[in-house]
Amino acid sequence: MAGGKEIRTKIKSIQNTQKITKAMEMVAASKMRRAQARMQAARPYAQKMRNVVAHLAHAHPEYKHPFVVEREAKRVGFVVVSTDRGLCGGLNVNLFRTVVLAMEEWRNKGAELDLATIGTKALGFFKRLGGNVISKASHLGDAPAVTDLIGAIKVMLDAYEDGQLDRLFLVHNDFVNTMIQKPVTLQLLPLPPSDEAELRHHWDYLYEPDSKDVLDVLLTRYIESLVYQGVVENLACEQAARMVAMKAASDNAGNLIDELQLVYNKARQAAITQEISEIVSGAAAV
Amino acid sequence: MAMTIHVDIASAEEEIHSGPATVVYAPAEMGEVGIYPRHAPMLSRLRPGEVRVETPAGEELFFFVSGGLLEVQPHVVTVLADTAIRATDLDEAAALAAQKHAEQEMKDRGSEMDYAKAKAELVQAAAQLRAIQKLRKRGRG
Repeated sequence: MAGGKEIRTKIKSIQNTQKITKAMEMVAASKMRRAQARMQAARPYAQKMRNVVAHLAHAHPEYKHPFVVEREAKRVGFVVVSTDRGLCGGLNVNLFRTVVLAMEEWRNKGAELDLATIGTKALGFFKRLGGNVISKASHLGDAPAVTDLIGAIKVMLDAYEDGQLDRLFLVHNDFVNTMIQKPVTLQLLPLPPSDEAELRHHWDYLYEPDSKDVLDVLLTRYIESLVYQGVVENLACEQAARMVAMKAASDNAGNLIDELQLVYNKARQAAITQEISEIVSGAAAV
Repeated sequence: MAMTIHVDIASAEEEIHSGPATVVYAPAEMGEVGIYPRHAPMLSRLRPGEVRVETPAGEELFFFVSGGLLEVQPHVVTVLADTAIRATDLDEAAALAAQKHAEQEMKDRGSEMDYAKAKAELVQAAAQLRAIQKLRKRGRG
């Protein structure tokens, strides 16, 4: 049986770990609420943008922007949104599994692959696995700004416009609720046709300065807003997953402490019993 | 009641303003435009400048936009504002930086890789240790 002192030290160290995981859990909980609020705040822009784009698709059929034209997929791009830090359960692993499966599928169809990673975890993963990472953005912090993403997205959009990419996908975690985060794959380019019902009457916008310029800006902004939305959503997922993981860790630490406490008590009692029996038998021998 | 038009001003990060207005002024690409209710549908780029909203109560609200898009429909005006100053060459620079970073990271995979490998081994060792401890306990109990 292990000595009482060693067990006590071990209990102490687990208690310290438990304190840390508890603190992390609470921090994640409060950060999650803020991340959720940010997610809500970003929705109106994306929603309005989607309306305008859907309108345009109907109102302006004669001009085909390159972002709308479907081409044969010879080279496929993925924008992978991951977290910057670990300790968030299986969040990133599940996401990467989705990405790898999708990549495998495209590779079987004979397509080549390019990646843009957002967050250090995705970069690290694809560095180990081997993947052609052509752009990255990381260290976005708790309040990501669109500005931090522009560069990484533009690399992919430019590649698409030059014909180096024929498809572009966004992979991020979808915030279902605090307990459930689901990896989702979204096709960014070519823009999938909207399935809304045909508009009742045909009309077009007045464009200033001209329709091509406006469309260019609009579609770029649209893609950026989609990626931004994905990043913000992934952030909420990260905090939720971390909260759950840290809660599990705290609970586990509690169980371990209980078990060790029992072992410690047993050892202590055994020592006392032994001492008494030694004294008694010593007295009897006299 | 005077005729009003609904104004939504939103940036990618948040909704900035939403409410009725009697008239909206915006810095469109070709010059400032004033939009009254029942304006023809219009889509325009915005220059950095000021969006002015006159509310039915007679108040005047000012919003600074650093660019973006203006969408007008007969009863709704939507301003999709950029939060940052955007220019083609600035975007280009950001794109180049993102690309360079990625290349650099892919190049110096050595150190980072060792770290990842060591970490994986550590996790494995810890798992083994735990299994041994469990077996010992069971053996005793």
